[in-house]
Amino acid sequence: MMNLKVNIGNLEIKNPVMTASGTFGYGPEFDPYIDINRLGGIVVKGTTLHHREGNAYPRMAETPSGMLNSVGLQNKGVDVFCNEIYPEIKHYNTAIFVNVSGSTVEEYIETAARINELDHIPGIELNISCPNVKEGGMAFGTSCPSAVAVTHAVRQVYHKSLMVKLSPNVTNIAEIAKAVQDVGADSVSLINTLLGMAINAETRRPALSTITGGLSGPAVKPIALRMVWQVAQAVKIPIIGMGGIMNATDAIEFLLAGATAVQVGTANFIDPTVTIKVLEGIEAYMLRHGISDVNELVGGMRA
Amino acid sequence: MAYFNINHHQHSEDLLIVGKRDINQSYYVLTLKSSYQFPLIEPGQFVNVLVDNSPTTFLRRPISIYDVDFEQSTIDLLILKAGDGTRKLAEKNIGDMVNLLFPLGRGFTCDASVGKVLMIGGGVGLAPLLFLGKQLVNEGVEVHTLIGGRSKDYIIEMEKFELLGKVYISTDDGSFGEKGLLTANSIISELSAFDKVFTCGPDPMMKAVALLCDAYGVSCEVSLENLMACGIGSCLCCVEDTVDGHKCACTDGPVFNTKLLKWI
Ligand SMILES: Cc1cc2nc3c(=O)[nH]c(=O)nc-3n(C[C@H](O)[C@H](O)[C@H](O)COP(=O)(O)OP(=O)(O)OC[C@H]3O[C@@H](n4cnc5c(N)ncnc54)[C@H](O)[C@@H]3O)c2cc1C
Ligand SMILES: Cc1cc2nc3c(=O)[nH]c(=O)nc-3n(C[C@H](O)[C@H](O)[C@H](O)COP(=O)(O)O)c2cc1C
Ligand code: FES
Repeated sequence: MMNLKVNIGNLEIKNPVMTASGTFGYGPEFDPYIDINRLGGIVVKGTTLHHREGNAYPRMAETPSGMLNSVGLQNKGVDVFCNEIYPEIKHYNTAIFVNVSGSTVEEYIETAARINELDHIPGIELNISCPNVKEGGMAFGTSCPSAVAVTHAVRQVYHKSLMVKLSPNVTNIAEIAKAVQDVGADSVSLINTLLGMAINAETRRPALSTITGGLSGPAVKPIALRMVWQVAQAVKIPIIGMGGIMNATDAIEFLLAGATAVQVGTANFIDPTVTIKVLEGIEAYMLRHGISDVNELVGGMRA
Repeated sequence: MAYFNINHHQHSEDLLIVGKRDINQSYYVLTLKSSYQFPLIEPGQFVNVLVDNSPTTFLRRPISIYDVDFEQSTIDLLILKAGDGTRKLAEKNIGDMVNLLFPLGRGFTCDASVGKVLMIGGGVGLAPLLFLGKQLVNEGVEVHTLIGGRSKDYIIEMEKFELLGKVYISTDDGSFGEKGLLTANSIISELSAFDKVFTCGPDPMMKAVALLCDAYGVSCEVSLENLMACGIGSCLCCVEDTVDGHKCACTDGPVFNTKLLKWI
């Protein structure tokens, strides 16, 4: 028998394949395409205390092997999440994480506290790395003191699995990973999008209404992999790796670099069934290599 | 009411190219065959096409459903060679497969509640109107079509629309039909004789049509072509600003009644 179960702190998930926030809606959008119950976990769209309309259109641009987005955390706010969305997704037999964001530490605290009350949500992913909002977001994740402040504050009110999502737009990501570990994060996830931009030379206009946006997709994979490896050298808590994963081989590379689980993001746009293919591909790889426990792959890169 | 309103007919499928017709250097029609019986497909819905072997085409390409043959399980796509993706797709041949997500989005209001409609299409904006016109005619609705383009070469597929009812033409240079913008065509002065206008085309054209409809007091539905990443409501990239806030063009649209848009 092959073991695919992995532990994210105290939380056991059935396999290491998760979905990345903002790329998988809330789950039901993918019901016509896959059986979500087969996934290790899903991370739903960034949720804030108050309703947010997000940034103006256009907020997407295709780039070489990737895309820029500046959605800007459009969501209906935590009340609508708890009262209207949660009842329709809580039946999924997969670990649902809510991606939590805010403009102030108080907003993070209040949102996390509300989600703490939901029985079928075993964890939150603290988004201190969104590059597309004016206040908060990435500002919290790009310096150690602010990352520590928000993680520490949320830890006081949130008693389940606390995953902190790190920004790649920093000089030393391992330092920040270690700092949030020391104030109680159960795991870290990385990377969020890389700050980028695109210009339409014909019209001389920026491609995005916000001028800059977040880059994702295969274009960022080598950077993401390097960061996961660096963080793995620095922390003891589990790492959830992401950035440009398109197939099982990509996912396995992240595990080998030190990730305990992975999140698949932009690839869902190209193939809404990709997560199941990644999962089946990992199983096939394990069979082929005679590996009985997926945990053997974690940090298994050879010298 | 349920928070999520998911269309469970949508799916991912490899379809076989059984027909390919070059209209001219810029436009072509692909006929794709499914191995299954089609689910319900509404006029105005679209497919999201995976373009393989095109390194510069990372995301899928949304394309309207031009025509449907439920008996043969085929759909037609009318495509303009706009860039690498649509050009690469044009290199495909009969016998090749194409992966689609479909049917996506919400289509036009298509029922017999209207007696007489005007469909207005500019360029490739005609694409979602043919299937709509056919369905309306089946419902007993009187269908007129106004087609606009830069010059004679840009007026395509006119014969198909002539089978549905009266067709009016405008070209910018006057090489065919009336000279001038489509919004200056003489049929526009009779707008109030129509119960409904359906339109698709470049944004400035659709906005001008929406303004005219508002002025003449005629209800108007537009099919938007906002940039999309997923096409299935999961990324929130395709939003249109509406009186109810940002709405996804891919799932709440692509068809919207202009009274919901902030155009007027
Ligand atoms: C719901 C929907 C239905 C559509 N139906 C059809 C259809 O039936 N037939 C058809 O030919 N096209 C249709 N389009 C437009 C089509 O998706 C684009 O032309 C196509 O994505 C261009 O891809 P490309 O790789 O060939 O060109 P690219 O290299 O991506 O773009 C070439 C040029 O076209 C512009 N462009 C790209 N996407 C769009 C867009 N969505 N709207 C307007 N301009 C765009 C770019 O800015 C660029 O200037 C539809 C779009 C949507 C959203
Ligand atoms: C359209 C879009 C929206 C996103 N929204 C969020 C979000 O709300 N919260 C968040 O933490 N990350 C968000 N992300 C970042 C992804 O979760 C992920 O970190 C990033 O895209 C890298 O992974 P990928 O290359 O597999 O997409 C978003 C990404 C995209 C493309
Ligand atoms: S294109 Fe992704 S939500 Fe519409």
